Amino acid sequence: GIPIRTTLDNSTTVHYAGLLHQLTMKARSTVRDIDPQNDLTFLRIRSKKHEIMIAPDKEYLLVVIQNPCE
Amino acid sequence: MEIMYVYTRKRSEFGRPCSFSDRPATVTVDIPPDPSMASNFVLRNPVDSSVQHTNEMSEHEVNTERVQVESRGVNHVEGGWPKDINPQEMEQTIRFRKKVEKDENYVNTIMHLGTLMEHCVKQNNAINIYEEYFGEEEMAEVEDEPPSAKTINQTNIFDVLLSKRDPNVTKRTATHLSWHPDTCRKLAVAYSSLEFQQNAEDMSFDSYIWDLENSNKPELVLKPSSPLVSLEYNPKDSHVLVGGCYNGQMAYWDTRKGGLPVEVSTVEVSHRDPVYGAIWLQSKTGTECFSASTDGQVLWWDIRKLSDPTESLVLDITRKGLLENALGAISLEFEPTMPTKFMVGTEQGIIIACNRKAKTPSEKITSTYSSHIGPVYALARNPFYPKVFLSVGDWTARIWSDETKESPIMWTKCHLSYLTDGCWSTMRPSVFFTTRSDGTLDVWDFLFKQNDPSLSLKVCNEPLSSLRLQDNGCIIGCGSKLGTVTLLEISSGLCTLQRNEKTLATAMFERETKREKILEARHREMRLKERARSEGQETEVEETPLEDPQEVLDRARREFFEVIEAEMQRRTRAEARGLLSKVPETAWTCTRSGDPLPQGGGQGLVSAFQVKDHMVDDEVAIQEEESQLPKDKEEEEEEEKDAA
Repeated sequence: GIPIRTTLDNSTTVHYAGLLHQLTMKARSTVRDIDPQNDLTFLRIRSKKHEIMIAPDKEYLLVVIQNPCE
Repeated sequence: MEIMYVYTRKRSEFGRPCSFSDRPATVTVDIPPDPSMASNFVLRNPVDSSVQHTNEMSEHEVNTERVQVESRGVNHVEGGWPKDINPQEMEQTIRFRKKVEKDENYVNTIMHLGTLMEHCVKQNNAINIYEEYFGEEEMAEVEDEPPSAKTINQTNIFDVLLSKRDPNVTKRTATHLSWHPDTCRKLAVAYSSLEFQQNAEDMSFDSYIWDLENSNKPELVLKPSSPLVSLEYNPKDSHVLVGGCYNGQMAYWDTRKGGLPVEVSTVEVSHRDPVYGAIWLQSKTGTECFSASTDGQVLWWDIRKLSDPTESLVLDITRKGLLENALGAISLEFEPTMPTKFMVGTEQGIIIACNRKAKTPSEKITSTYSSHIGPVYALARNPFYPKVFLSVGDWTARIWSDETKESPIMWTKCHLSYLTDGCWSTMRPSVFFTTRSDGTLDVWDFLFKQNDPSLSLKVCNEPLSSLRLQDNGCIIGCGSKLGTVTLLEISSGLCTLQRNEKTLATAMFERETKREKILEARHREMRLKERARSEGQETEVEETPLEDPQEVLDRARREFFEVIEAEMQRRTRAEARGLLSKVPETAWTCTRSGDPLPQGGGQGLVSAFQVKDHMVDDEVAIQEEESQLPKDKEEEEEEEKDAA
């Protein structure tokens, strides 16, 4: 997807945007597969270094990358 | 010949209706066979005729079209931009972005998503929701079960299954046991009669390899030319065994080749006495071994050529290499982690540590430890601390450190019966096993209890002569004088490493070693002082030795009787008390908390009666009795220990 507003540098944003868009589609389709009435509201990925939070919508995607407090 | 049938009718009768009727068949022509025609033909016998009954099939080839496969990488470039906007141009992208931002839909969406995100972010900031609430719970390995050992089969020990009797009529002692190195399902036992010149006429020379599964008859019978005193599996090649014979020869077997030895050493160059120790060496070829015997020699062999030993050493502690002065060796010890050093325990009670790679024969003997009053039956290094080794002989078992040569760092009390064999546990550094000549197997754990064995098991009524622990540490085999081999399985508490055991054991060894070193230093000082004093008073010293022996003898006799009297009194007292409270006699009740000072050294014969003591009162009695003990040198040592 196209990054519209970002606080990081462009290349990282583009990187994240491309990958996370696909991931969100996959996650949403998975949730929908299990229960058609269901829909994905929020996705959180916690890794060793950061936590990535994704709030998906029909057209847009809001992504926040945080450092966990530990 | 034509066969014809003619049917005639008058012309005037044509056209009349037919009336058919049946009539039986009549022979029209009868042609009998004509034998003369048979001569035109030849009889054919046999007649070949082929018959086949299969599906009819046909073969047809098909080749699919080859699919071309190619590896390609995909490079993602920034995409998703609408057609007219060039992603490279900053201006266009910025303009596009600004346009989107003004879109109402966009604004609404962002508001909505923003609140959602805010909520989660706040959550994250508030607490770490993935925190580990319960820290690593240390699995407290509580030893619930008291240490125990049980015979693997619970039936009467003398019966079948895991107690293998010597199938021969004349019973011979099981002198040596060796477990199969890999599988540990097989046990090789050497049988011989160690009684001097009491071999019965019909005593067989055989030794057996038993398979644990099948304990009715041995898996393989080894037939040497003279009974085997020691037997060892080659740790590298589990088919090869080396055995030392009663007449001093060495023989080696290959289990694939049967029961007769593959080669036997020549009598002239072998030992002159039974070979009590035979151990394999670590070598690249895996064929080297060495042996020791009571004739005072240690010989090295390469089993490929048993006609000559490769090297020999005479156990002469005066380092002159004279066979007359040599001490007879009765046990041999070798640790693969220290390949050039080995230890020999002698009949005279001295342990000799030797270095194989010394330059001159006299330097081969590095040090001696005078350890026991009788033969040193077993020597074993602790598998976890190679500097510490165990020696078993006379009535005690002693633990030595390589550094202190004068006295052991730890020792057990004197028992009522001889100790015949001992070995360390392969799994726990503080556990070792000893066998006694009253048929008892003792398990000692000196981190748990130092005065008594933590477990004492009566295995059989006759003396136990050999002991071997399996490599995994759970199964022990002990051989008895009448040839019965009993296998015992020890409880997991005794063969699994406890949490702090290694550190505790290290600490204990170091502490004891240090104590001994201090004592040694003190002794040396005292001796130096004595020498300095005596140099100044030489004349006086000459007179006293004449009187001393007799005086010493009288004094010793007096003290001995005193001690016996005291002990008898105490015993009657203890028995009277013993009748009132029922305390089991086996050693594993824990009424005594670990007394850190081993009391073995200073009590000599007297402590033999401690076997029955389990009550706190008796400790008091012992204290009283200690005060009555003669002030020997050992007593002084004890006091010094208390001070140190």
